[in-house]
Amino acid sequence: MSTPEAETLWLVGGVIVLLGLVTLVSVYVKRRRDLALDPAAVAQFHRRVVVWWILCLLLATAFVLGRYWTVGLFGLMSLRALQEYITLTPTRRGDHRALFWVFFVFTPAQYIAVALDRYELYSILIPVGAFLFLAIRIAMAGDYKNYLERVAKIQVGLMICVYCLSFAPALLTRRLPPQPKQPAPATALARQEHPLEQQASADEAPPTVTRTAPAVIWPEVHEERARLLFFFVLIVQLADVLQYAWGRLLGQHPLAAEVSPSRTWEGFLGGVASATVVAALLSWAVPFPVWQTATLAAATTAVGLAGGLVTSAVKRDRGVEDYGTLITGHGGILDRIDSLCFAAPVFFFLVQGAFGVPSA
Amino acid sequence: MEKQWRQPRTLVPAVPVEEPTWAQRAIASLLAFTARVISGASARWVECQPDTCQRVYFANHTSHLDALVLWSALPAEVRRLTRPVAARDYWERGWVRRYLANRIFHALLIDRRNIKVHRSPVDEMLRTIGDRYSLIVFPEGHRNTGEELAPFKSGLYYLAKKRPDLELVPVYIDNLNRVLPRGEFLPVPLLSCITFGPPMWLEHGETKTEFLQRARDAVLRLKNL
Repeated sequence: MSTPEAETLWLVGGVIVLLGLVTLVSVYVKRRRDLALDPAAVAQFHRRVVVWWILCLLLATAFVLGRYWTVGLFGLMSLRALQEYITLTPTRRGDHRALFWVFFVFTPAQYIAVALDRYELYSILIPVGAFLFLAIRIAMAGDYKNYLERVAKIQVGLMICVYCLSFAPALLTRRLPPQPKQPAPATALARQEHPLEQQASADEAPPTVTRTAPAVIWPEVHEERARLLFFFVLIVQLADVLQYAWGRLLGQHPLAAEVSPSRTWEGFLGGVASATVVAALLSWAVPFPVWQTATLAAATTAVGLAGGLVTSAVKRDRGVEDYGTLITGHGGILDRIDSLCFAAPVFFFLVQGAFGVPSA
Repeated sequence: MEKQWRQPRTLVPAVPVEEPTWAQRAIASLLAFTARVISGASARWVECQPDTCQRVYFANHTSHLDALVLWSALPAEVRRLTRPVAARDYWERGWVRRYLANRIFHALLIDRRNIKVHRSPVDEMLRTIGDRYSLIVFPEGHRNTGEELAPFKSGLYYLAKKRPDLELVPVYIDNLNRVLPRGEFLPVPLLSCITFGPPMWLEHGETKTEFLQRARDAVLRLKNL
């Protein structure tokens, strides 16, 4: 990676400054006992700030080291989230071998496919391959008790924790045809390759050339895509905290009181709206015009926040507060990244399909 | 008089373990690390702190990994002095297991099929630990199915009676039976938890049944903490 572009420095630098301010506030609030704030909420906020720092530093480090590291980092997050999810979900002895496949074959395979940009593979590996395989494997284990329920539990875990989340680093590895900003290198290289290919093998040349033409923009596009991923994580996390703030300020009507009493319509709409405004203000950092960025942010954060409700429902069903309290001493990663999981595919497909280029 | 009661009657020097080579140390650390990663184990010390004093850790037994994971959950300097008691028929099968049991864990292998009065496992344990080592025992005697804690065998009582100075530490191992259930050989990396409880001793005048029941309750209590 050469010297970063100005936009990257502004975006990452801005986030670090913001995080610094938030940390100061958090420490100040924690010190001031006389403010009469809910100590549990303060502690919760403090934990969140720590997680943001870790997330931010990890992302920044991974960007410097390159895309394979970023994919690997998300792969580890997936594994950990899946570990928490399956630990929480009761499985039976008969599921053991199936779980082994989930952890040691499907999850690594998904991320390897993402790293190698094999879209045709990672888009169907889990929803088709793994889903059918798991159903068969669990049936073969010979234990039919609660069969459908057990298969569904593992499939949902794989879907949320692995498949969905893997679309976040896929933003980074997916090739883009040249953007209007910088068409020069791609066409230049395509022209160079054209005669060479034709000389080498006259029969196969035309299809190969049309395929390789968009492939050459890797080094140039990388930073723009990295910024896109950073932007995505930023707005989703921001929406999460803004939802909390709005809900606290004027929350009246719960979204689903039985599932999560703290999530309200006011918080949800406020979170989406304010994250959308922030995203529109940050549209200089992404390769889209303002209105597209705003639509993108609104759709992504709405799905992300709604996704948080799904993991709440799972937790409520299992009777635990959060995935971390299940086994003491573990901070629940799934609690922190649930909205990222749900938002990632939406963001990816909007970027690839609707606003960017056809994803095939 | 009370103090004298706490003193062991005969304190023989421990059967010495030769100083581990650097390779054995490296393997031990690597193994402990791997076991902690695979089992996602977090160790909780409830009303109890890690210590190099002589102890008997007694735990529920649900998986082949139990001894390994419990051993790995101890801090390195405690781990070096702690020796699991394990079944000879399992750990002497194949050179890998034999090497691990003899050179890495320094396990105390008990022949389950050939227990004789004049060479009882308890005496063998006491002879081995002497005045230096701690033990890991599974007083249920076999792996249970994971739902119910089986009644304890009497070995723990005789250990407590013959060496009243040993700290008996109850340990509850949670979720490890899902990491590696009975009859499986490939582990699945779920999260498990190991809870160490407050040390206990044989009370004055306590009968065998009472003591074993109290010990079993001590393990069960940790389950819901």
